[in-house]
Parts: sequence; structure tokens; C-alpha cells
Amino acid sequence: MPSFVIAEKCDGCKGGDKTACEYICPNDLMVLEPNSMKAYNQEPDQCWECFSCVKICPTQAIEVRGYADFVPLGSSIMPMMGTEDVMWTCKFRNGLIKRFKFPIRTTPEGTANAYPDLKGKDLDSGLLSTEEADGYQLSTPQTI
Amino acid sequence: MALPNKPTGERKAVRDPEVEEREVDILIVGGGMAACGTAFEVKKWMSEGQTVLLCDKAAMERSGAVAQGLSAINTYIGDNSVEDYVRMVRNDLMGIVREDLIYDLGCHIDDSVHLFEEWGLPIWKKTEDNKNLDGKKGQKLGTLKGGSAPVRTGKWQIMINGESYKRVVAEAAKLAIGDDNILERCFIVELLTDANNPGQIAGAVGFSVRENKVYIIKCKTMMVACGGAVNIYQPRSVGEGKGRAWYPVWNAGSTYTMALRAGAELSMMENRFTPARFKDGYGPVGAWFLLFKAKALNGLGENFAAGDAAKAELEKYAPYGTAAITPTCLRNHLMLFEMKEGRGPIMMDTVTALATLGETMDKKELKHLESEAWEDFLDMTCGQANLWCAQDCEPEKKNSEVMPTEPYLLGSHSGCCGIWTSGPDYDWVPDAYKIKHNGKVYNRMTTIAGLFTSGDGVACSGHKFSSGSHAEGRIVAKEMAKFARDNADFTPTLKETKEELVDLVYKPVRTYLDNVEYTTAEDINPNYLKPNGMMYRMMKATHEYGAGTATFYMTTSKNLEIVLDLLETMRADCEKLAAGDLHELMRAWEIYHRLYTVEAHLRHIQYRKETRYPGFYYQADHPGQDDENWFCFTNSTYDRATNQWSLKKVPYTKIIPD
Repeated sequence: MPSFVIAEKCDGCKGGDKTACEYICPNDLMVLEPNSMKAYNQEPDQCWECFSCVKICPTQAIEVRGYADFVPLGSSIMPMMGTEDVMWTCKFRNGLIKRFKFPIRTTPEGTANAYPDLKGKDLDSGLLSTEEADGYQLSTPQTI
Repeated sequence: MALPNKPTGERKAVRDPEVEEREVDILIVGGGMAACGTAFEVKKWMSEGQTVLLCDKAAMERSGAVAQGLSAINTYIGDNSVEDYVRMVRNDLMGIVREDLIYDLGCHIDDSVHLFEEWGLPIWKKTEDNKNLDGKKGQKLGTLKGGSAPVRTGKWQIMINGESYKRVVAEAAKLAIGDDNILERCFIVELLTDANNPGQIAGAVGFSVRENKVYIIKCKTMMVACGGAVNIYQPRSVGEGKGRAWYPVWNAGSTYTMALRAGAELSMMENRFTPARFKDGYGPVGAWFLLFKAKALNGLGENFAAGDAAKAELEKYAPYGTAAITPTCLRNHLMLFEMKEGRGPIMMDTVTALATLGETMDKKELKHLESEAWEDFLDMTCGQANLWCAQDCEPEKKNSEVMPTEPYLLGSHSGCCGIWTSGPDYDWVPDAYKIKHNGKVYNRMTTIAGLFTSGDGVACSGHKFSSGSHAEGRIVAKEMAKFARDNADFTPTLKETKEELVDLVYKPVRTYLDNVEYTTAEDINPNYLKPNGMMYRMMKATHEYGAGTATFYMTTSKNLEIVLDLLETMRADCEKLAAGDLHELMRAWEIYHRLYTVEAHLRHIQYRKETRYPGFYYQADHPGQDDENWFCFTNSTYDRATNQWSLKKVPYTKIIPD
């Protein structure tokens, strides 16, 4: 189900600090064509259909078309990312539309607690840093 | 019109890239769940002045197996005992596992899950009156750490709203390690051992897929954790659909190949995973079996897995086959039996399952149930949802076909191939499971001093999944900090010169540039081969001879001889791989990694004279299990200097009673 870029909607992320789809694609597929300043999927048969580019595109210029091998034409699924939820619109080949909304995170973006000030004490114990801080006791298995 | 003898990519490769040399105490190679665990943990144990660097081939926010998201965390111990976790893994992997590694990991997994929830991952909760709340609504019931109940779909899985799972975990990892200590789009391709001690790690070399630059990085200790191996066999979809791999298509076996080329011992590389999934879209079936209680039917409409014939077949594989939970390979085995007997296709009976559940539900609950079914796909296999839409398939009205996939190699899911590592330094761990350097044991260290692995890299365990890989990466973080402290006076020294390393990494580029003008079309040239061509050659050979889907996963001793000969020639021809742009250079190194990994896999299958995992593969000359001779680990090493593989048996020790 390779991603494709709608020419009219892609502005090459000219106003941003990076080309969003190019930045995010886990398989290095999305690239910017420097003359037209528009992105494209350079290797569609290596696309995992992970939707990372679709979700990150600031102009919603990227969608996916089902793999030619086995997906009939005419359907689409489109995510709309919010800060707390994702809204999916699933369009069937026969025109039926289903919408689903799911939570994606319960904290504001950027606030994950990385425990920057936590320092482990006993480097020779088997405890991880947060376990040590919590006073967690390692168990010993009931062996043969 | 210009001749097509020019690279198609946007970032042309040049003959002489820039070179950046670095030296750090701790190097993390990989950016997935395991490496994010390491990144979160490592600075908490490093001392003042120590340095760390993480190299990810992609962007951590969406790299690795969880890039797309997940709909469940498959391992959360909770109220279960860690001993039972070991028993479950042991049974699923047909008896031969490292119980020390599994038990050790089981003690730490929940701590990582608790962190995920704190960071913002929505985790479903069970109300007192047995209703399911999604991760947002469930917040009012408190956290798992605070004692609230997760929604279990099986004994070990818990449901999440995991579309942003990786983003949340990567956020904490990046904040903890710091942006200055991360190199994204840096593909490490070869590990380097010390000039004075070939048994000790000293660094790694790689390149940027964004600019013409080679990185040479020296380190005192390193973790390599770059996932498993995908597309090493011809996939069932061979056009655009070959991107729709079940496991991440960018996992190129780099973990195994880089480790084995550095001299590290591998273990159980014969093990593989051929998951049965919804056909073509490869959507997950776990929730359908466990949450919705659906049955798989054969072409005659029979629930074949519950029949007397299946029961009799499973008894051949006692005690594993007769356990309460049938091992994954044997479930495949039963399915393949139906297909080969002409009783296909295998259909997931979603219609009956949803109708049965609907009998006790009101309209609102039914609507919620439908949403849960779709979320299972949309969180982790979006393409399966689209396939249902394209097929006008509403699961309450139409059943869907299930099919076992092409083979995958991995050590974190329902598989156990990988690198032989040390267990923890506890009294109850057998000495044979401990690997030492200068008299000290380092947990998860490979047989190369200072080189660690985790996640898909650690052999003989499995069933770690996302949470276990993260926890294992954290264990390794602490061990690497310990190694760096204990070996503070070690000065890593490379035997290769800068020029030699650049030539190694950029060889495909130089081969390309030297020869491209000879013909009029750049893909066809007698003096080189593009990675795409080599990929098809490898897939064809493994597919036909190496127990691929072509033969229902069956191979023979003679077929193995043929495919190993073909692979030797392919590895030799890799000297002539050519890359005209940086993306293609990445592909060149990936196919190189895949070739070594799949050769290790097939050499292990050749060595083990039994069929330990029926349903995953069959060695026709050695059908059935031979506990008397083969109830042991099989380990291998590769010698780069002589191009020789050595295999041996390693005794298994049972630690946890039945």
C-alpha cells in the first residue's frame, strides 16, 4: 500500500525546518525532488504502509493507494492526528464510510518524564534505576 | 533524451566522502524499543565524564518494529509468577531456551510498562464490573503501578491504544540521553574489534544516508540491537506488496551479521517465525482468537484445531503439543496439514464470533466492540484495515482468510534465534551460562568482550516483545556502564586505517563510479550488480531450496547443500555490489547483511539433524524431534579470515521445574 504525494497539496515543507515525510520515513523512502520542491516515494515496493508520512505531513498531501498486487481500487483510510486522539476515516470500495476515534497519548507532547536527575546508586546490583529508587526487591526463582 | 545511466536517487554518492571520527565510552547501535530502553537508562549509571552515542538508521520517533504502533503489549507479568512466564516461553519454543535470561527479564518487564504509562501511553483498564475502558477513560481507575487492572486478552497480553507507542517511548529516550548524543540516519554497517585483542570490541563504522559522510566511532563498549531479519525469503506478495512484510521491512539482519562478522557466537539460528496472519494484509489475529474468541475453520467449515485428528497429531509432540497452550509452530503445523490435504482455505470465522459476543451486548457495547476490532488493525497494521475496506469486508458479515507468512528471523517475538549472551551473575545461574571479561560476568554480553545485545539480538529467549525488549535494553545500559567503569583504562585501537574503512563502506559507490559509463543503462552492467538484483537472487534461492513458502517450509539435506553453494557465490558477488546514491548504498549494505544472516540460518538447519519446530520448517531427511541427540542449543561462529563457519552443540540446563 505505497504512499503517494498529491502534487497540488505538497509544498515541500518550505516553511518548516525539515521535510517532514523525509525526516520520519523509517525506510528512507520519502525524498524531496529539489527542482519541483515536492516529495515522492522513491521505492514504493519497500513501503511498509506504516502511515508515518501520512500522519506527519503538515499539508495532508500524502495518502496511500493499496498495493497493486492484491488490493482492489476504490477504498481509502485516512488518519487525522490530534494531540490526544487519532480520528480515522475508512472508506469502503462500495462507498460505506466508518469513522473511529482512538486515544494516542494521555500526556502533553514533550512531557515524558525522563527522570533526568535520577542517579543510580549500586552499579553492581541487578536493579534498574527506577526499581532501585522504588525499593524493588529482586526475586530468586524456585529452581529444580 | 538523456541515457538512463545515472542514479535515480536524489542524493548522489561521491567517491570520497567526508569522514568523521569519534570516540565514546558507550556506543548504542539501533534506535528501536531496546535501544530506547538503553538510552533512557544509561546516563543514570554513567559517571561524570563518561560519554555515550546512539546511532539509528532512521528517526527514533518512528523507527524499529513499533514504528507503526501496536494494539497490545504482549508481555506484562502483573499478577502472574515469573516462573510461569519462563514455563510459557519454554513450552512455546519447544523446550530449548535459556531460562536464566527469561527469568531475569521477567523481573524487570513491568517496570518498563509502568514507565510507558507514566509517559502517556494509554493502557486499557478493567472495571470492577468487568467492563473494558480504553486508555483515556481508564485513567480514572488509576495506573497499573498503582494497582488498577489491565484488560488481559490472554494470560500475558494487555490491551493499549498504541498508535503513538514508539513516539512516546522515543521521546523519553531522547530526553534522557540528549539530542547531542544521537546520530539519526546513521547506518552502522560493520563492527570493529581491537587491534590488540581480536576478542574485544573497539568500535564501528557506518555512513550517513543524508550526506556523503563516513562515521568511524571508537568505543569501550557497545550494544548492537537493530532488530531481526525480514525479506530474506521471497514474500508471498512479490510486487509492491513485498513491502507489506509482517515484521518491519527495514530489519535487514544487521544485528546478527555485524555480530557474527565480529566473531560473536550465534545460537539457535535455525529457529524462525512464520506467523499465521490475515492473508496478504498481515493483520494481527491475536485479538480475534483471544479477545473475540473467534475460531479458524478449514475449507469444509470445520474447527480443525479442536478435532480428534489434531489432538492425535499434537500428542506426537508431547509435552509441548499437549500443553494447555499449543506452541505457535504446532498451530501452524495443524493449519499446513489442512492446506496440504486439500482442505483449504483457512478462514477466521469473525461472523460467528461477533454474533456470539453480540448476544450478551447492547447496541452501544456492540458498536464499541466493532471499534475495538478495527483499532486492532489501525494501531499496528493500517494496510489490513484498508484491505478490508477494499474488499468490502465488514467482519460481522464476511469471514477473512488466514495464511502463514514467509519466514522471519527474530529473537523477541515468538522466536529465539540470535546471539549467545551471558546470563546475569546470580548464584542460581549455571556457570556455563556466564560470560566473563577479566574475571567479571556481564549480563547480556556476547562472546566478544564489551559487545552486548538485546531485543531481537539475544538468542534462546523470545516472547519479550516491545516491553521486554525495552527492559532488556535497560539491563544492558547498566551492564555497559559497569563494563566502561571496570575497563576505564582500555584504549580501543582499530587495526584498519581510515582509508581502509572508507574503502570498505564506500566500495559499492566506487565500483559504481568506476563502471557506470561502460553501458548505456545503469542497472545493467557486466561489471557490477545492483542491490535490487541481488535481493531477488537471494529470495529465489532461499524460497526454492531453503524451506520457503514454495515448498510449504520443507527442505532436505541436498537442497540445503544447493542453497548454501548459491549463497557462497552470492556473497562472493557482493564484492561487485554497486550503489549510485546514498539510498542505494543503504540497500547494498542491507542485502549484504541479509545474505550472511540467512546463511547462518540455513547452516544451523543443516547442522540440527531433527525437525524441532514443525510448522516453522521441516527437514525432510530428519523428520520429528530427536530429544536424545538434539535436546541442546546449537551455536555457531564465523571466521572472517578463513570464511569458515563452525557449529557445535551446547548443553541445555533446566532451571525452573515443570
